[in-house]
Amino acid sequence: MYPELGQMTLILALLLAVLLSVVPLYGSVTGREQLQAFARPLTAGLFVFVALAFALLTHAFLTDDFSVAYVANNSNSLLPWYYKFSAVWGGHEGSLVLWILMLAGWALAVAIFSRRLPSVMVAQVLSVMGMVTVGFLLFTVLTSNPFDRILPNVPQDGADLNPLLQDFGLIIHPPMLYMGYVGFSVAFAFAIAALINGRLDAAWARWSRPWTTAAWAFLSLGIALGSWWAYYELGWGGWWFWDPVENASLLPWLSGTALMHSLAVTEKRGVFKSWTVLLAIVTFALSLLGTFLVRSGVLTSVHSFASDPERGTFLLALLAITIVSSLTLYAFRAPVVHARASYAGLSREVFLLMNNVLLVASTLLVLLGTLYPLVLDYLDMGRLSIGEPFFNLTFSPLAVAAGLLLGAGIFSRWKKTDGGWLGRKLLWPLAVSTLFTALVMVGYGEFKPWAFAGTFSASWVVIATFWDLWEKSSSRKGRLHGLKRQTRSYYGMVLGHLGMAIVMAGATIASNYGIERDVRMSPGDTAQVGDYQARFTEIGNRRGPNFTAEYGRFEVLDSDGQLVSVQYPEKRQYLVQRSVMTEAGIDAGLFRDIFIAVGERVSDDAWAIRLQYKPLVRWLWLGSIFMAVGGFLAISDRRYRLRDKVPESAGKAAAEGGGQAPGKPAGATS
Amino acid sequence: MHPIRKKRLTIVLFLVVGVSVAVALTTYALRQNINLFYDPSQIAAGEAPVDVRIRAGGMVEEDSVIRDPESLMVEFKVTDFSSSVLVEYTGILPDLFAEGQGVVAMGRLNGQGRFVADQVLAKHDENYMPPEVNEALEKAANKRASESGGQLETSAGY
Repeated sequence: MYPELGQMTLILALLLAVLLSVVPLYGSVTGREQLQAFARPLTAGLFVFVALAFALLTHAFLTDDFSVAYVANNSNSLLPWYYKFSAVWGGHEGSLVLWILMLAGWALAVAIFSRRLPSVMVAQVLSVMGMVTVGFLLFTVLTSNPFDRILPNVPQDGADLNPLLQDFGLIIHPPMLYMGYVGFSVAFAFAIAALINGRLDAAWARWSRPWTTAAWAFLSLGIALGSWWAYYELGWGGWWFWDPVENASLLPWLSGTALMHSLAVTEKRGVFKSWTVLLAIVTFALSLLGTFLVRSGVLTSVHSFASDPERGTFLLALLAITIVSSLTLYAFRAPVVHARASYAGLSREVFLLMNNVLLVASTLLVLLGTLYPLVLDYLDMGRLSIGEPFFNLTFSPLAVAAGLLLGAGIFSRWKKTDGGWLGRKLLWPLAVSTLFTALVMVGYGEFKPWAFAGTFSASWVVIATFWDLWEKSSSRKGRLHGLKRQTRSYYGMVLGHLGMAIVMAGATIASNYGIERDVRMSPGDTAQVGDYQARFTEIGNRRGPNFTAEYGRFEVLDSDGQLVSVQYPEKRQYLVQRSVMTEAGIDAGLFRDIFIAVGERVSDDAWAIRLQYKPLVRWLWLGSIFMAVGGFLAISDRRYRLRDKVPESAGKAAAEGGGQAPGKPAGATS
Repeated sequence: MHPIRKKRLTIVLFLVVGVSVAVALTTYALRQNINLFYDPSQIAAGEAPVDVRIRAGGMVEEDSVIRDPESLMVEFKVTDFSSSVLVEYTGILPDLFAEGQGVVAMGRLNGQGRFVADQVLAKHDENYMPPEVNEALEKAANKRASESGGQLETSAGY
């Protein structure tokens, strides 16, 4: 009964989405306000029905309704309730429903928080989001119905959730990631709406900014969670593999980061408009591409459940329609808009332009490395894979360059920056970060060129950021007053940039100074890893709710022989799927992780053990949290809640905004 | 020249130079890091290059896994049921590595026809088969079938 109801709600949601994508848009084109006014109620209705469908699917999981094929394939009665809940999005069909729920949720958020927007704009934005929803609902209803029944031969029990996915990380990783992916649909919808009515102005950029930043913050968290999960669950201590599926999530993040920065320029200075619109389209297209790559079965990995060619074709068609139609619109409408503001060869605009060039270049690199093997394979020109070295070799210089540029760009001014002045300003940050980096190299005991470049770039960003904060916060009424005077979006930027530096430092140090050893150990043995020792004391067995495990007991000792912690890495045998999983024992710390994993048994009394010393590995995720918090802080800035006046001139916006861009008169600081 | 045109020209030149440098570097990096896949038959026929990092895959032959008693070195044969290749690896094998399962190994072929792997990948779960392995098995099976004049067998026995 309930599953059929679920299917009905999905179909009703589809009908509402069709109405949403037609009625308000028609109203906006013909200027009929009463039709435009349908946008909000239709969006609310759409959300309610999608939420209902999601709730019914969750209900089927929690009540072990194995007559539903999707539940039977992805759950089991032995599964703890929280994994039954997360199993809702543990497979293809359910993750699509989650995707659509997020999409409807974002649309609802736009409907709620858009009271100050002209109703034409709201109608168009929500219509565009409605169109995207139609595509995905059609996809679900036609090819991947989560409510399909297995009747009359209902299985006794389910096939269980893939053990890899039975983890806390999986409960939150996909929702966060999807929030990010889907969130870019808002920026996309704003861009399309702006193209339709030719209103590519500062006000449009200001409306798009918080949404883009929000999506970006969620995506940052989602990617970080994925990396963290891979680290302790399947990575044997690796945190990024340049796996196509990971790249699929990195692509929209990179172009989304570019979009955030170019939106800032468009809002403040009224330039780069066409470019910003293009980036918004590309970012959403990359989100769709990511969904296609992961969900179509083109790639085989833990993420791809379906290898039904029909699904792949459908998604590809959806992607093609989105890209072709939006680019056609872009081609016809974008040249209409012209920038009037001018800027000099050395100015904040140019720094942000270079930031965009670097980010787009890295997007293209990752795209090339990801798609090249797929295209060759499709054309039957051989099977090949592009290894990690390709990405490391090409991505690292771009990341380092982005950091260097960022440190200098922080001090730059809009319109025109004096080169000599900027140079003098950068002398101290240069000296301090060189000294600091040298100290770090000495501390780790070995000079490595890439480690130097990465550390230097990261500390350069940190020092420049704090330097700028220090200068901006100087006030006659005292430092505290000066600090309070800064806007939230400025602090958001500070946190975001610090986060990026922290991630960069973590990635650099962990990959250059990490130690990895595979050793053969028997109980009683001790092995050295970095400055630490791991003593293997015993091996034992235990039983979990749906698995049995063989665990090792390891004592981690520091260089003085003092006990640091005791770890119990284990090897689990899941009962239903008969698969083996490795659970690592990790002694986590801010400055280093000690990672112990038990491999296979190599003889009667010996095991293959992986020992790792991972310096600063936590910084990768810590930095991502900084970035996300920075993003949310920036959104909460009150200027996004101010009533929007008549579209103001770009220059005025710059003078009044302050915020993210220190566009204040130079005299105020120096 | 008009200042705006001059600026545009600078930007265009900047982009052209930037793009060419990027393309050159990328092509170079790509050339160094492309790992071609070879199946056991191709390796046995001498089609795979020696001492170049490649990928090889197939099924782990039954009763072929030999462990070194002192270290973590392990040897096994990877087969497509037509030919097989001897793989040597030192380190921890993936959880789902087992005889009769599909694997993909990354490494170099040495002069003696041994494949020295630095990475071994096995499938993620019961239903997953690396696509390369699948294809290699099918190819070998088809070849055998056509050689014996028998019917085409589309999927090998797994």
